[in-house]
Amino acid sequence: MNGLEFTAVVAVGAFLGGLLGSLTGLGGGVIVVPLLTLAFGVDIRYAIGASLVSVIATSSGAAAAYLREGYSNMRVGMFLEMATTVGAISGAVIAAKLPTSTIAIAFGVVLLYSAYSSSVEHSAAIANLPPDKIATALHMDGDYPTAAGRIAYHVRRVPLGFALMYVAGMISGLLGIGSGSIKVLAMDQAMKLPFKVSTTTSNFMIGVTAAASAGIYLHRGYIDPALAMPVMIGVLGGALLGARILPGAKVKTLRVVFSLVIAAVAAEMMYQGLKGHL
Amino acid sequence: MADETTKPRMLADAVTGSDDQRMEMFLGQMLRVGVLLAAVVVLFGAGLYLRGATRTAPDASASYRVFHGQPAQLTSVSAIWQGARQLQPLAVIQFGLLLLIATPVARVVFSIVGFAIERDWLYIAVTLVVLALLIYSLTSGTHL
Repeated sequence: MNGLEFTAVVAVGAFLGGLLGSLTGLGGGVIVVPLLTLAFGVDIRYAIGASLVSVIATSSGAAAAYLREGYSNMRVGMFLEMATTVGAISGAVIAAKLPTSTIAIAFGVVLLYSAYSSSVEHSAAIANLPPDKIATALHMDGDYPTAAGRIAYHVRRVPLGFALMYVAGMISGLLGIGSGSIKVLAMDQAMKLPFKVSTTTSNFMIGVTAAASAGIYLHRGYIDPALAMPVMIGVLGGALLGARILPGAKVKTLRVVFSLVIAAVAAEMMYQGLKGHL
Repeated sequence: MADETTKPRMLADAVTGSDDQRMEMFLGQMLRVGVLLAAVVVLFGAGLYLRGATRTAPDASASYRVFHGQPAQLTSVSAIWQGARQLQPLAVIQFGLLLLIATPVARVVFSIVGFAIERDWLYIAVTLVVLALLIYSLTSGTHL
C-alpha cells in the first residue's frame, strides 16, 4: 500500500469504528486501536495517540446532536469530570512507564469488560428512587425526554460514581480510549441515571477526559499527523452518522453483536500482548 | 405510596430547566463549530500531504511498526504553529489536531459563563477545577 491507499483504508475502518462506537456509547477507540495494531501492525503508542484524537472528535462531534435531544445531565458531567481529568493525567503518566505488551494486555482486559457490559440488559424504565442527600446538595437531579414527556429522576451514590470515574479517566489516559463503558457503569449502575442519560452524558465527558491526556501524548510524540488524520476524519464521519440515527435505533441487537466482535478482538489483543508482539 | 415509588413522575411542563437547555444547545453548537473547523484544517493539510503520498515508500504502514516518536517540530504548540504558517503538510494537520484538542477545553471555558449566568457558584467552582486540571496537563507536557 502506498501512502494514499493506506490513508484511505484506515479512514474507512475508522468510519465504521466511529459509527459503531457512537451507536453503542462505547466510543470509536475500542475499534481503532485493535484495527491499527492487529490489522496494520502499527506500534500501539501511535495507535493510542491517533485513537485519543479520534475520541475527542467523536465526543465533540456527536455532542451537538445529543445535547439537542436533551438527554445529557451537564452538572453530573462537569462534577465527574474532576475525577476523570485527574485519572486521565495519571493514566498518561503511567503509560510512559509500562512496556507496550502490558498495555496491550490491559487493553484486552478492558475490551472484554466493554463487551460484557454492552451485552447486559439495560431497562429503559427507571424506578423513581428517593432523593439522595449528596446529589440534592449538588443540584444533580434532572429529567429527560421520553415518548410520554419529560421524566424526572434522582441521582444516587455520588461518591461511588466519582471513584469509578477516576478509574475510567485513568484507563482513558492509559489506553487512548474514551472508556465509555466504565463511565456508563458509574452513571447507569452506581448513580442510577437512566441509560440514555448515562450514555449521552458519558459522551459529553469523553472529550474533556481525552483532552487531558492528549496534551501529554502530543508532547511525547505519540500523535503522528499522517496516521491520526484518516483516523480522525473517519471516526468523526461515522460518529456524526451514528448520532443522527441513534434516537430511532434499536440498540439492543446491535449491542449484542458488537460485544461478540469486541470479545474476539480482546482475546487477540491479549494473546498478541502475551506473545510480546504488540 | 407504591405508585409514587414505582411510577416515574411526569413533568407536565417541559419548560423546567430551560436555561440549562439553552446553554446545552449553545455548547453543542460550539463543539460542532470547533470540530468542523479542526476537520477543515486537517483536511486541508491532508490535501497537501496526499499530493506527495503516492510517491512515498511502497509500504506506508511499515513506518509505523517501530515507534520513534515525532520530531520536535510536531510536538510543541509554537513549533506546530510555525510549521503550519509555512504550509508544511504535517504541521498543518497537527495544527488541526491541536484545534480539536482545544475544543473540549473551550467548552469547559464557556460552561463557566453558562453557570455564571445562572449564578451557580458551586458549579462555577467545579468547572474552574476542571479547567485548571486541563491547563496543567496541556502545559506541563514533557514534565509529566
